Amino acid sequence: MSASSRLDVRLAAGVAAGKLSGRAIRLLGRGGGTAAPGLIANLIEPNILNKLTGKVRDGRIVVAGTNGKTTTSRMLADILERADLRVIHNRSGSNLVRGISAAFAAQSSWSGQPRGDIAVIESDEAAFPDVVRRVNPRIILLLNLFRDQLDRYGELDTIATRWRESFETLRPDQLLLVNGDDPALAAITEDLAAQRRLFGIQESRYLLDELPHAVDSALCRRCGAPLRYSQLFLSHLGEYVCDSCGFRRPPLDFAASDIDLHGLDSVSLRLAHDESILDLSLAIPGLYNAYNAIAAAGAALALGVGPALIAETLGAFRSAFGRIERVSYRGRQLVIVLVKNPVGFDEVLRMLAVGGLSDPALIVINDLDADGRDVSWLWDVNVEQLANGSSPIYTSGIRGADMAVRLKYAGIATERIHPLKALANSFEQFVDTIPEGGSGYILPTYTAMLELRRMLAHRGVVADFWEQ
Amino acid sequence: MKLSICWLYGSSMNIYGDRGNVLSLAQRCRWRGIEAEIVQLGLGDPLDQGAHDIYFWGGGQDREQINVSADVQGAKGDALKAEIEDGAPLLSVCGGYQLLGHYYRPADGADLPGIGLFDATTTAGNERFIGNIVVESREFGELVGFENHSGLTHLGSNAEPLGKVRVGRGNNGVDGTEGCRYRNAIGCYMHGALLPKNPKLSDFLIRAALRRRYSLDVLPALDDSLETTAHASAVGRALARR
Repeated sequence: MSASSRLDVRLAAGVAAGKLSGRAIRLLGRGGGTAAPGLIANLIEPNILNKLTGKVRDGRIVVAGTNGKTTTSRMLADILERADLRVIHNRSGSNLVRGISAAFAAQSSWSGQPRGDIAVIESDEAAFPDVVRRVNPRIILLLNLFRDQLDRYGELDTIATRWRESFETLRPDQLLLVNGDDPALAAITEDLAAQRRLFGIQESRYLLDELPHAVDSALCRRCGAPLRYSQLFLSHLGEYVCDSCGFRRPPLDFAASDIDLHGLDSVSLRLAHDESILDLSLAIPGLYNAYNAIAAAGAALALGVGPALIAETLGAFRSAFGRIERVSYRGRQLVIVLVKNPVGFDEVLRMLAVGGLSDPALIVINDLDADGRDVSWLWDVNVEQLANGSSPIYTSGIRGADMAVRLKYAGIATERIHPLKALANSFEQFVDTIPEGGSGYILPTYTAMLELRRMLAHRGVVADFWEQ
Repeated sequence: MKLSICWLYGSSMNIYGDRGNVLSLAQRCRWRGIEAEIVQLGLGDPLDQGAHDIYFWGGGQDREQINVSADVQGAKGDALKAEIEDGAPLLSVCGGYQLLGHYYRPADGADLPGIGLFDATTTAGNERFIGNIVVESREFGELVGFENHSGLTHLGSNAEPLGKVRVGRGNNGVDGTEGCRYRNAIGCYMHGALLPKNPKLSDFLIRAALRRRYSLDVLPALDDSLETTAHASAVGRALARR
């Protein structure tokens, strides 16, 4: 018996534990069973992730960034599947080592052979160095570094420093595909042994007038002087230069232009790479989804997938778990949009304000661990965008009262602000305020959305997310 | 009537929603018919004595704090101290609070000098204090916010704390004190943002400013029912998670 075909008993036991506990948790109705099985599997075989990922023939792609990693990795996985590859992917968005381990255990044979040719792995920011160490990626796709859940991650600088240390361990056959519009990412990926290519926006008619409030990277990481932006697209993403030391946005290998936003419905753009031009027309909205699509398309091009297949897949792509969803309930259209940090929340409000918000909206703010226990981020959101409307805004969730105060200080008339009780007791009441045949918006934080999903599933409305 | 709110280092030190404090001050002036102007004073900008009525200085990341520490030495720091001696109100949170003390001592590297307005020193600690914080202040009653710091601040013999920690860690996690008070200046570790959920503190600063600029000692009450509810819910969370 050769070494490679000998059964690794410990690995098989770890895989079995992961598989069985995942099933048991789902059977018991205790949720999607996306992380706990990985925890158990890692107790039995601490190297389960290293071993399983090492057997994936065409390599691993790790996707990281504050915003958009679930959407981007889903886009990329869809493209690769359409290219007839078998893809292993932590699709539920469970992105710590244990969640990724669970996804791999579930998608491997009982003897520990992964059922896939290539892996797309979404990684949490804090877990990123450990994930990179374990999975030995072929490509690392870096989307952005925004302010998010600072109570959990510590300051942005700390994350950036830890990522840099991780990058310094990479080899020349590994590729970093980086959002060049993010000055922090551009700075921490300079001068490495690994290859680097950059994507970004070359030209946009949707410019911000000034740096938003929640910006962390307005200073040059090389010398500490303020950066000057000639174009600013979203948060601190743009075309920048440091007048003091000369640090500037590097030339883009994948450059987007001709971006057209169509409210909450869609966005289109043109992506140039080498000699090829890709016209992308997405069925999901917003500038941040344009960035996600550019990143996914860039990675697919780097892997040698044909442009036509990429454009076709991205055109058919629908929103990942709960980012934006439309459901029909009691004769009303409910548009549900996840809000989890200032930049994402800002963009959602920008889309609502561009469309002239006239329908009722419900904002549900929780402060559990997965939401971030610190709700001070609400003060970094440009809620003032809503001040000109006249539609009612309802608040709910564990920290709904904080949101009501935030609305008031944004200059929204108190007659428009309606604090409601806990979601379970107020959801129907909110639906009642929407006229039959009309629509309403619900903007929940992460755990509030899980709760909303459970409530809707209970009423027979949407599929549970781990079934997608 | 008009008040000028001076936001110190707002572009380099604005973390954990500290901007909410400036919004609270400005809106609570406007709702009373007092015009409010927000002026950002950044690196290299001189501080003109008498030009501003309320000062706010928030927290920042360590990297940004180095430039700010250098900038506030000399004429600028002296002018700010003279303003406080003259009765000007000030709120500082976290990084700003630390640089109003004698120095901040990082884990590695040289001390960052402060301006010594507060008789306090801060040393980098090994543990990060993160969580809801409730403080009992003799003057302002119950205050609630969210702390997130690893700096350990120790008050000198001349310093008066802002209050006593009921839930959380406060200045250093040991002596039960939180923040510092000197004349109408307040330093503390409470983000949240602090003022929107503690309108009493907001109004203390506005009132001190009106007294100094217009010799006026009245401030009409506002309907604070949303603020009071948010305050109570935050205190409830702090107690539940203790």
